[in-house]
Amino acid sequence: MNIKNKIKITVNGKQMQIIPKFTLKSLITKLKMPLNKIAIELNKKIIDKNRISEIRLKKGDKIEIVHFIGGG
Amino acid sequence: MIDKRFKIANKIFKSRLIVGTGKYKSFSECAKAIKTSGADIVTVAVRRVNISNKNKARLMDYIDPKKITYLPNTAGCFTAEDAIRTLRLAREIGGWKLVKLEVLGDKRNLFPEMIETLRSTELLTKEGFKVMVYCNDDPLMAKRLENAGAVAIMPLAAPIGSGLGIQNKVNIKIIRKQTKLPLIIDAGIGQASDASIAMELGCDGVLINTAIAKAKNPSQMAEAMKLAVISGRKSYLSGRINPNLFGSASTTNKGII
Repeated sequence: MNIKNKIKITVNGKQMQIIPKFTLKSLITKLKMPLNKIAIELNKKIIDKNRISEIRLKKGDKIEIVHFIGGG
Repeated sequence: MIDKRFKIANKIFKSRLIVGTGKYKSFSECAKAIKTSGADIVTVAVRRVNISNKNKARLMDYIDPKKITYLPNTAGCFTAEDAIRTLRLAREIGGWKLVKLEVLGDKRNLFPEMIETLRSTELLTKEGFKVMVYCNDDPLMAKRLENAGAVAIMPLAAPIGSGLGIQNKVNIKIIRKQTKLPLIIDAGIGQASDASIAMELGCDGVLINTAIAKAKNPSQMAEAMKLAVISGRKSYLSGRINPNLFGSASTTNKGII
């Protein structure tokens, strides 16, 4: 794959490059995130975790992946 | 006197001590302290996953949300919108509806921003959340939160993490008199006696993080807090004597030689 064909997205504030039509599910798998322990936001909208394989990422998409940490 | 069950949003909990999971040296130290505290609710926060270190330990690997109730908070939120966004994400992680709302107004004193807190309580309640609300110790605001649908009123004893103990017992007592909702002291506890005092004032529970996590021996302090909460509750239910200005001898003068 030519690098010029790659598109830029932002995940948790960091830029990443992916191939076009990469799905959200592929991204989560690539990042090795356990689905039952996270929540995902795509461009500030919460994504139903059961539907991530249907979502194809686009140039400039902003993704937030969160989990629980210690807090008071 | 038999105690009534500790119930929040129709769910019964065994322990009246709620423990925070922040500020510990490690997850294992946190898990150990929670175990000795006997708490069956722990507060947790929602933050970004570290995508560069995928193997980093996670809270959920140490504290099993199937065995202990996670109470997601909105720490670090300064507006209703931030708080709602955070809690919607928390709900998405695992379906939690019981949440701790905390909308702050000042980065230094960490006091709650009560106008935004009230607005958030209304909005979250409409969305079906069961909202336990961190608030100041103002009886009028406490009443408004109750009317807005809060499931628990959680006034501060003193600023978060200050360890100063209960600064305004009168207000806590007034809030106790006016509400039937669970009343839980949240923030400002420093030592076990503070937790006992909270319970003796008639509170239903106490939420403690820093006083346990930052103690030299967190696990032992967790146990001290557990006992203090039990002790204070029993003291409250037992009906204390009226305080007198003068002494009253414990030994009779009858038969004195």
